[in-house]
Amino acid sequence: MSTSIPDQRGRYGRYGGKYVPETAMYALEELEQSLNEAMTDQEFMKSYHEELKKYSGRPTPITHAENLSKRLGGAQIYLKREDLNHTGAHKLNNAIGQALLAVRMGKEKIVAETGAGQHGVAAATVAARFGLECKVFMGEEDIRRQELNVFRMKLLGAEVVPVSSGSKTLKDATNEAIRYWVANVEDTFYLIGSVVGPHPYPKMVRDFQRVIGDESREQMAALPDKVIACVGGGSNAMGMFYPFLKDDVRLIGVEAAGKGIHTGEHAATLSEGRLGVIHGSITYLLQNETGQIQEPHSISAGLDYPGIGPEHAYLNETGRVTYTGITDNEALDALKVLSEEEGIIPAIESAHALSEAIKQAPDMNENEVILVCLSGRGDKDVHTIMEHLGGDVNE
Amino acid sequence: MNKRFEKHVNGRKDLFIPFIVAGDPSEETTINLALMLQEEGANVIELGIPYSDPLADGPVIQRASLRALEHGMSLEKAMGLVKQMREKGLEIPVVIFTYYNLLLQLGEERFFALVRENDIDGLLVPDLPFEESEEWRASCNANETALISLVAPTTSDKRLQAISKEATGFLYCVSSLGVTGTRTDFHSSVFTFLDRVKEHSMIPVAVGFGVSAPEQVEKLKEHCDGVIVGSAIIRQVEEQVEVLKKEASQKEGIDQIRAYVRNLISPYGKVKIHS
Repeated sequence: MSTSIPDQRGRYGRYGGKYVPETAMYALEELEQSLNEAMTDQEFMKSYHEELKKYSGRPTPITHAENLSKRLGGAQIYLKREDLNHTGAHKLNNAIGQALLAVRMGKEKIVAETGAGQHGVAAATVAARFGLECKVFMGEEDIRRQELNVFRMKLLGAEVVPVSSGSKTLKDATNEAIRYWVANVEDTFYLIGSVVGPHPYPKMVRDFQRVIGDESREQMAALPDKVIACVGGGSNAMGMFYPFLKDDVRLIGVEAAGKGIHTGEHAATLSEGRLGVIHGSITYLLQNETGQIQEPHSISAGLDYPGIGPEHAYLNETGRVTYTGITDNEALDALKVLSEEEGIIPAIESAHALSEAIKQAPDMNENEVILVCLSGRGDKDVHTIMEHLGGDVNE
Repeated sequence: MNKRFEKHVNGRKDLFIPFIVAGDPSEETTINLALMLQEEGANVIELGIPYSDPLADGPVIQRASLRALEHGMSLEKAMGLVKQMREKGLEIPVVIFTYYNLLLQLGEERFFALVRENDIDGLLVPDLPFEESEEWRASCNANETALISLVAPTTSDKRLQAISKEATGFLYCVSSLGVTGTRTDFHSSVFTFLDRVKEHSMIPVAVGFGVSAPEQVEKLKEHCDGVIVGSAIIRQVEEQVEVLKKEASQKEGIDQIRAYVRNLISPYGKVKIHS
């Protein structure tokens, strides 16, 4: 595997690049230069790692899911516990990195997009921590669905800006955040939440999330046989996979198959999408025949995105990572099983990765190991879970 | 060199370049608007293709896109409309304004076949910056199609030089940062910006984003070769939308917009105003 991925133009093979209006080019150039300087500055990297440790509570542990492994009677399942990270998900790793970069660049304001509100909460959190003004763009439809996170963001001092354009969800919130950023680039930093967007965003987010994989490599007694992570935009997966790319480890990304691939209501971008441009990057996306972007569906708001990070599209093409799909119902089943067997309620996003592990483990030997990225905790999903499982979960 | 650009654009100092969205609110309206705009002195028609995710556009054009998408407008259908415009007497160049994803899905070969079939003269892709445009630039040149380049106040001298060197048709100056939409006034730095662009450019320089009043056109006259007017016209379409949708009253709606346009570009003195 080449080490110069992405290349100078921000390309991962034929994916990635910078497909943005001319008005945004200056902002991207400025960001790229500052990012390159920061990443080679030992002081900057030190402050990033200090924050991860003393503010966010890293390193997150790895838990051996012994009961679950025993029940499945195959491979040993280990969980990388990003649910124990501050604010309850891996999202904060990246938010801390980008906020420190914003401060370093002398920006006083940040903007972010959010779907379910997890990245919005992470952005609002670091804004409070580093004294930045924070605007979070969120679709009207999502605001209605995620009341609690809207309140959390406000409590943290952020302004939540309702987005009424398009389908009023994550993709539209992202459009609106980019539009706002381009108009206010002089004092504003755009804190993107996943490994998507124009170069250098996918690379930056990956580099601020690779701590997940780096820690895991150190914590595991030996290299795992398989590593599994869920993929929406793909930041927890990219952070987990990246440090393992050169190892003899099977890497599996799990997309949301929603109500089933055949129903058309899913977020399985790699298996059902086509090559195109979304949010400034060439990648796979869900679209109709003429190229209008389509709304995805997933029970988990965090996987409900019509595109996918360009590096995932590349790793899919090279075959280094295998991508599969897990349906809403399969994810819910996995969530229930983990709650009962291990006393851990995972985020519905993470339950997709877990479900794939549950499928594969029985066909493996007891001395083989699957490492699952448990990207977040399920507290935020309790309402959704109740709606689907009904009041009586033991029925 | 594209012949229609040569005849209607080259060497002029009073370019009026209106932008309309194909299919907003109907195909027939779009054709009739284009013809009216030519009568009022338009030098180029920018034909916008509606898109689900128009990153460079403000709310006015976003809403127009939704209106057009409601009845299934597409890049291919919009290009077909140009043929009908030509049959009804449209002589000025038509530039297709489309986001890159729509163009990618149609494909290069099909796009240029439709360009030839429908007498189309130019292409503007707002999310295809200079760095990513090499391939399309080459095929546009090979097909005598102008690829309209954009420059912004934040574009460095070095970039401006590189972009101007390759630019064809006219150079599109974005008046201010942010998205399309009407603005009450321009920042004074827009004039220094335009003067800077004029120094580098070998083709006509037109300014867009926020042009919506004759006073602005008057002030801009000395610093560039023309204006691009988008949201201000689309807003008029929006106000007349119900009138335009009905066949019986469509002409009335178009004449309302005609009056607006005539006043807006009056500083160019293109059409004598009869009292």
